[in-house]
Amino acid sequence: MNGIPMEFGLLLSAVLFVLGLIGVMVRRNLIMILMSLEVMLNATGLAFIVAGSRWGQADGQIMFLLILTLAAAEVGVGLGLALQIFHRFNTLDADSVNEMQG
Amino acid sequence: MLELLGWVPLFPFLGFLILVLASERFSKPLAAWIGIGSVGVSALLVSLIGFEFLNGTMQPFKLVLGSWIEMDDLSVPFGFYLDALTMTMLFVVTGIGFLIHVYSAEFMASDPSYARFFAYMNLFVSAMLVLVLADNLVLLYLGWEGVGLGSYLLIGFWYEDPNNGYAARKAFVMTRIGDTSMALGLFLLFTQLHTFDIQSLMLHAENQWAPGTLLPVVSAALLLGGAVGKSAQLPLQTWLPDAMAGPTPVSALIHAATMVTAGVYLIARTHALFMLAPTVQFAVAVIGALTLLIAGCSALVQTDIKRVLAYSTISQIGYMFLALGVGAWSAAIFHLLTHAFFKALLFLAAGAVIFCFHHEHNIFKMGGLRKAMPLTFWSFMIGSAALSALPFTSGFYSKHEILLAAFEVSPVLWAVGCLGALITGIYSFRLVFVVFFGVQSEVLEKSLGWRMSAPLFLLGILALFGGLLQVPLGSVFPALSSPDRDLTFNLVSAITVAAPLLGLLIAVLFYLTGAFSAQRLANCRWAKPLRLFFLGGWGMDVLYDNLFVHPFKTITRLNKNDAVDGLYLAIAWLSKRLHLLVSASQTGHVRWYASSLVLGTVAIIAIGLLS
Repeated sequence: MNGIPMEFGLLLSAVLFVLGLIGVMVRRNLIMILMSLEVMLNATGLAFIVAGSRWGQADGQIMFLLILTLAAAEVGVGLGLALQIFHRFNTLDADSVNEMQG
Repeated sequence: MLELLGWVPLFPFLGFLILVLASERFSKPLAAWIGIGSVGVSALLVSLIGFEFLNGTMQPFKLVLGSWIEMDDLSVPFGFYLDALTMTMLFVVTGIGFLIHVYSAEFMASDPSYARFFAYMNLFVSAMLVLVLADNLVLLYLGWEGVGLGSYLLIGFWYEDPNNGYAARKAFVMTRIGDTSMALGLFLLFTQLHTFDIQSLMLHAENQWAPGTLLPVVSAALLLGGAVGKSAQLPLQTWLPDAMAGPTPVSALIHAATMVTAGVYLIARTHALFMLAPTVQFAVAVIGALTLLIAGCSALVQTDIKRVLAYSTISQIGYMFLALGVGAWSAAIFHLLTHAFFKALLFLAAGAVIFCFHHEHNIFKMGGLRKAMPLTFWSFMIGSAALSALPFTSGFYSKHEILLAAFEVSPVLWAVGCLGALITGIYSFRLVFVVFFGVQSEVLEKSLGWRMSAPLFLLGILALFGGLLQVPLGSVFPALSSPDRDLTFNLVSAITVAAPLLGLLIAVLFYLTGAFSAQRLANCRWAKPLRLFFLGGWGMDVLYDNLFVHPFKTITRLNKNDAVDGLYLAIAWLSKRLHLLVSASQTGHVRWYASSLVLGTVAIIAIGLLS
């Protein structure tokens, strides 16, 4: 695990995270929002792996497994919701399902 | 036998409970049996107890039935105390109470709320018995408030008429002013002397306080406030004439014979305290003298038969206060006793007239009833004679004693008392002559049954010969120094006897023979405003209306929306605005939420980094 400095790995994970974040904020399609969330989760997972390998400890990989489980559950629920929304409104546009008016 | 004392107030209370729970489900005779029976049993018990007590050593007897309040150094038992003073009051309350109950059975016969009437009457009698039996001031206060409640309920008995309700509220509020002062007096006595037991209170007060110092003066003055309210004395007397809105037996029992004399009883019971406060004791005498004069003048011009009697009650209680104030304790209680006889008699006789006259109260619409109602006429005659203290009637002995004792203290008080006696003679015989002499007004339809006649008859005997009763109060009160029987004394006695006779003569000239015309006097230039002034009770009602009622009403009108509430309403309004502001941000746009989340996180991280 030599050669690639930790900073590069962390930088990559930060870039991925911000990309995912931007995706969540600007995309209107619910599926795309869910995918962007996945990107963000994986970015954090990458950060854990990088840190774990830097210190030579297994904790980082355990955390990644945890995040993986979380992401799977999140996608399951999220896709279920998206399906329901599509059934009901016949669209996946996040902006057009704002029935709550404050 | 003395141990049965606890049952005396209990029986009327049980009667009250039964009647109030059954309300009007009982038939009228059954309700009357329960109502009269409970008081009758109490009266029987009292006579048994009295027989044993008076034949015994007359040592004070204490009976503790149980504990009421027990905490730290405060201990208030359900304790009864029996001495000669209590015994006298017990006889008055149960004996006269029983007679009036019997009388009511017929008087109220046509009333739909028959059982309710007897329930209230029983409640009142029970509370009054607790008041006179109590051995500590807190239990006495319980009875004190109990009789106030009974009085309120019975004044407003015919509550369909709003005026009666108003009269009841007025009586309640006016006496409450006095009661508040009395409660403060109780608190002061307890904080200073650490007990509520009356006998030990008096003992402690005598041992710890020097005469005329601040503490006894203040506490006696506060107790006097309570007595003044309950006994309708200056300046809290205005409720009693309006209290005549209640049924006539109620006026006889509560507003003549028993409750209104509770103030006299209180002062007599705590006389040791009043003797430590000579200024307050003198104030009692002055209040009594002023009240008897003011009320007597008002009684002169009233046209409502019951209001005449109401003002005369105020005036007679004024005599009792005068007696208390000059230290003639026994004379005050003696007058209380004889007054209970003849005033109950007068009220019951007035009730008989009202009963047969279709509830007419105006004496000038009556007349010539002498032939039609002989028993009532003679009852009224005896009552008026005793009221104006004509020689050898019961009122004569007690009032004579009072006035002679007043002369020893101050000739001015005596002179006022004699003037009052003169006025008493005028107004009581004015009533007799206007109602029972002259042209007969109309044929009566009703006649009196035995239940109304018998009490009249018995009370008539008591009012006539009650003065011969020897009330053994020497064991309770310090004795009065007997005056020298010199020339002045004889002269004073003679004037005291002559005053009511002169009053009788004036009444005869004005209302019987027609030698002078009261009508012409009333219409002349200087007498007319005076008459109106007396008629309105010396303008006290108007004064209080302008001084307290109207300003209070104005303030409440101004403060209709409650200034204090404004603060809390403002807080509620502000949080509602804030809520609207926050809820406006809940748009339902998921991407907005996410963005604000990001913004917030960035802001927090920035703060963390930069600080």
